[in-house]
Amino acid sequence: MADDKKPAGRKPTLPPGMKKPAGPAVAGSKLPPGSKRSPGSKLPPGKRPPGAKRPPGAPAGPGGDGATALTRADFSTDQDVRWCPGCGDYAILATVQRLMPEIDTPKENVVFISGIGCSSRFPYYMKTYGMHSIHGRAPTIATGLKASRPELDVWIVTGDGDGLSIGGNHLIHLMRRNVNVQLLLFNNQIYGLTKGQYSPTSETGKVTKSTPFGSIDHPFNPSALVLGADATFVGRTMDRDPKHMKIMLRAAHDHRGTGFLEIYQNCNIFNDGAFFEYTEKATKADRSVFVEHGKPLVFAGGSKGIRVNGFKLEEIDLEGGKWSADDCLIHDESSVELAGLIGRMFRSDSLPQPFGVFYRVSRPTYEDQLHAQIKDVVDRRGKGKLEELLNMGDTWEVSG
Amino acid sequence: MAPKTVESIAEATILFAGDSGDGMQLTGSQFTLATAYAMNDLATLPDFPAEIRAPAGTTYGVSGFQLHFGSVNIQTPGDEVDLLVAMNPAALKVNLERVRKGGSVLVNTSAFEKRSLDLAGYEEDPLENDSLDGYQVIRVELTKLTREALKDSPLNQKEIDRSKNMFALGLALWLYSRPVDPAQRWISQKFAKKPAIMEANLHLLKKGYHYGETTEQFVSRFEVDPASLEPGRYRAIQGVHALALGLLAASVESGLPLFYGSYPITPASDLLHTLSRYKHFGVMTFQAEDEIAAVGSAIGAAFGGSLAVTGTSGPGVALKAEAIGLAHIMELPMVIVNMQRGGPSTGLPTKTEQSDLLQAMFGRNGDSSIPIVAPSTPGDCFEAAYEAARIAVTYMTPVILLSDGYLANGSAPWLIPDVSKLPPFPVQFAKESLSDEEFRPYVRNKETLARPWAKPGTKGLEHRIGGLEKQDGTGNVSYDAGNHETMTRLREEKTDRVARDLPPLEVYGKTEGDVLIIGWGSTRGSIEAATDRLLAAGRSVGAVHLRHVNPLPLDLKSICDRFTHLVVPELNNGQMVRILRDRFLLPFQSLTKIQGRPFPAGEIVSFVESMIDGHTDNG
Repeated sequence: MADDKKPAGRKPTLPPGMKKPAGPAVAGSKLPPGSKRSPGSKLPPGKRPPGAKRPPGAPAGPGGDGATALTRADFSTDQDVRWCPGCGDYAILATVQRLMPEIDTPKENVVFISGIGCSSRFPYYMKTYGMHSIHGRAPTIATGLKASRPELDVWIVTGDGDGLSIGGNHLIHLMRRNVNVQLLLFNNQIYGLTKGQYSPTSETGKVTKSTPFGSIDHPFNPSALVLGADATFVGRTMDRDPKHMKIMLRAAHDHRGTGFLEIYQNCNIFNDGAFFEYTEKATKADRSVFVEHGKPLVFAGGSKGIRVNGFKLEEIDLEGGKWSADDCLIHDESSVELAGLIGRMFRSDSLPQPFGVFYRVSRPTYEDQLHAQIKDVVDRRGKGKLEELLNMGDTWEVSG
Repeated sequence: MAPKTVESIAEATILFAGDSGDGMQLTGSQFTLATAYAMNDLATLPDFPAEIRAPAGTTYGVSGFQLHFGSVNIQTPGDEVDLLVAMNPAALKVNLERVRKGGSVLVNTSAFEKRSLDLAGYEEDPLENDSLDGYQVIRVELTKLTREALKDSPLNQKEIDRSKNMFALGLALWLYSRPVDPAQRWISQKFAKKPAIMEANLHLLKKGYHYGETTEQFVSRFEVDPASLEPGRYRAIQGVHALALGLLAASVESGLPLFYGSYPITPASDLLHTLSRYKHFGVMTFQAEDEIAAVGSAIGAAFGGSLAVTGTSGPGVALKAEAIGLAHIMELPMVIVNMQRGGPSTGLPTKTEQSDLLQAMFGRNGDSSIPIVAPSTPGDCFEAAYEAARIAVTYMTPVILLSDGYLANGSAPWLIPDVSKLPPFPVQFAKESLSDEEFRPYVRNKETLARPWAKPGTKGLEHRIGGLEKQDGTGNVSYDAGNHETMTRLREEKTDRVARDLPPLEVYGKTEGDVLIIGWGSTRGSIEAATDRLLAAGRSVGAVHLRHVNPLPLDLKSICDRFTHLVVPELNNGQMVRILRDRFLLPFQSLTKIQGRPFPAGEIVSFVESMIDGHTDNG
């Protein structure tokens, strides 16, 4: 549930005595819930002004101040990239490497943490700090790192098996804590590294090595899952649209809180074409809708739109004269209800698949609250002295 | 009424036992506090059920607190009980076997009615038949006396009845000539905001004390002289608190911020509770969503340059195993605290055991030997925790700190350490580099074999680590056959080198002779108590205690060689004995106890005597 949807009478989110974390002003927080912005608004809720991620007093790094302009090459390691030729992961790697010189974090403050799986090899190819950990646990490691070192810029790279199956528990807890990291979920709807078993996002009926008669598992819808866990930023993009991907990566990065970004990624070996309906030229326009804050939900080159009818969404034809763009739903990233509707547009025959930022709200981050609480106690009690603590309570003297 | 005589005794063991809701832990800890003020040496054994509020009156709902105190060196919570305070029939039934023949049993006779006797499984009232022959039975109508004492109190019946433990405490304090004011102060503070309860408790405490003076049941009371402890300032401390302070001291001395990631589990939760109160020291505590997240968060914090710790008990260590292996191959420093309890599986959550030793040694996939440190007394938890942290950072390795439920909950007088005399704890992070050369995260220190600790945020040291095998030096992923063998051996060698730093072992008792008793962890008190008795009986016996379980001290073998027989008492089915046999190929004999309680010193004495006298099967 979003901050602003708390039932009346409940205590404030912050523990008693705690100050609101010192963070950059959040433009979105001033807007009333569900308010609409003018189309083209540059600063949606939760979005920080450039430069906000660097803590005050942090040294300017070569990545940030333009002193030495870094390029994509500065973020590529000398390791051979070992993904299969044609894998969607290459496009994601290239886009992330292209984005890096543009973000204002000093290079040495960037850390990529992954679990196990094809996607989780990612850190080896990024010339930043990185850790390729164990299956499903990257969010836990990222939480410990970010909680103890809030100035670091921590990225989690995970996949549908790693993040939603073995690591599902950690993923939801990361969302509710709102640790200020980015989580990139490379969703290819298959287990690739173990050579082709169905994953928790595989469609029912899927025939794989472990389901020769078809999978009977109902798949997760990742957006709905993390919305249920009170994620503060939920977005989706695709490997075949690097331009959109880069905008989404940047948005997830700039969000102060957990930036959850699902990336549809083609596994050309074990699950080729899983998303072609949404990503390939012939069908993309008709089957995908790119949502933007303050703009109507239109697609198919402006010829179709989405409107709300009762509690349901429905596709409308904008060229038949009956409907116009004015009838379309206007996207509002700060509305949890709307996020629920858009997040639930999922593999529907009658609606296109949504891409973009579905939800973005501001909520205090875990590490800000942790350190605010420590600061508050230090301010009230003074910095602890070990000798005093050891001698506290009932003591007695034995003389020689 | 004749004045009471005072009998001076050297030591005594008292056991308070009652229902889970009778406040026995509180009564015991207040008696402990008074005993600390009386400057006796002491050891405690809180013993409570896993159920929070088991049905009243049942045997499985019995909660006990045992305290051994004296003017002499006290090493164990006592093999046998001198005075059992039984608040109800179930408490008597469960604990009578622990009372020595001729010992005293103080019973709350008000509770010995039909229903309570039935619940305890007594077919007839033990106070009415001969089942208590051979014991001194002190009959006190605790409930009735409590109600009379509080007849003018505004408290309701339930609240009044719940206060009867204060009457019992007052009486026990009188019986052993303990000061009553520490408990008075505690009550006044604790219930400052509830004056009615405060008044009732203070009144009962006094009534209980006076009851001892006036009743005809006691002809004498006892007196225990102060113990001759090493000079200095003392406090009574529970192992779990000493352990928390040891970790904190390591953080202060090293200058590393302390990060503690943990998931609630008995009996380790108190470590989380304690550390979470040290925020003014900058301590970061993180209650994770599960055991794996707890260790994961610690790994993340270790990567970031914190003194990272995760704490749990055996079942939690099982869940953390994969992540501990990750810390091992990534060679990051962290401490994993295991407060051992009875196992396997959920086992005996509130009882002590030493049965996770082999898990600590071998409970991971792959060859992964990591240092293991085991504290031996509640106070030693401080030093052992400090030492574990120091080894972790010096050698860039996860370290397991193998404590247990008895140490965690037990109390003992603790000579408060002098902060200025703590061992030095220097920390060296890899320095920023402006050269174009790739940073090599697996180049090792020649002495310790430790790799550099390169924190994210340091310019020029960008590097990747992970669970895949590392190439020696560069740390790049490597599947090379020879490299894997080299790295496996290097990791093991690094752990082995910790032994070079260890102080020489001290042998307690004879330094050569018939029998060497080898112990580790919390059995130290029992073993040394047994050794004292054997030496007093003229036996040629020595004892050596291992704080460092892995690697083993280098001088252990030469000490073993000086004795004819070797015996290894453990609170498990024989784990350390396997390690020692494997390592030294010597005929170590196993002596085990698997009852969820500390080792009775008397059993060690009889076993060693029969070894010397040739009655023991050498199997």
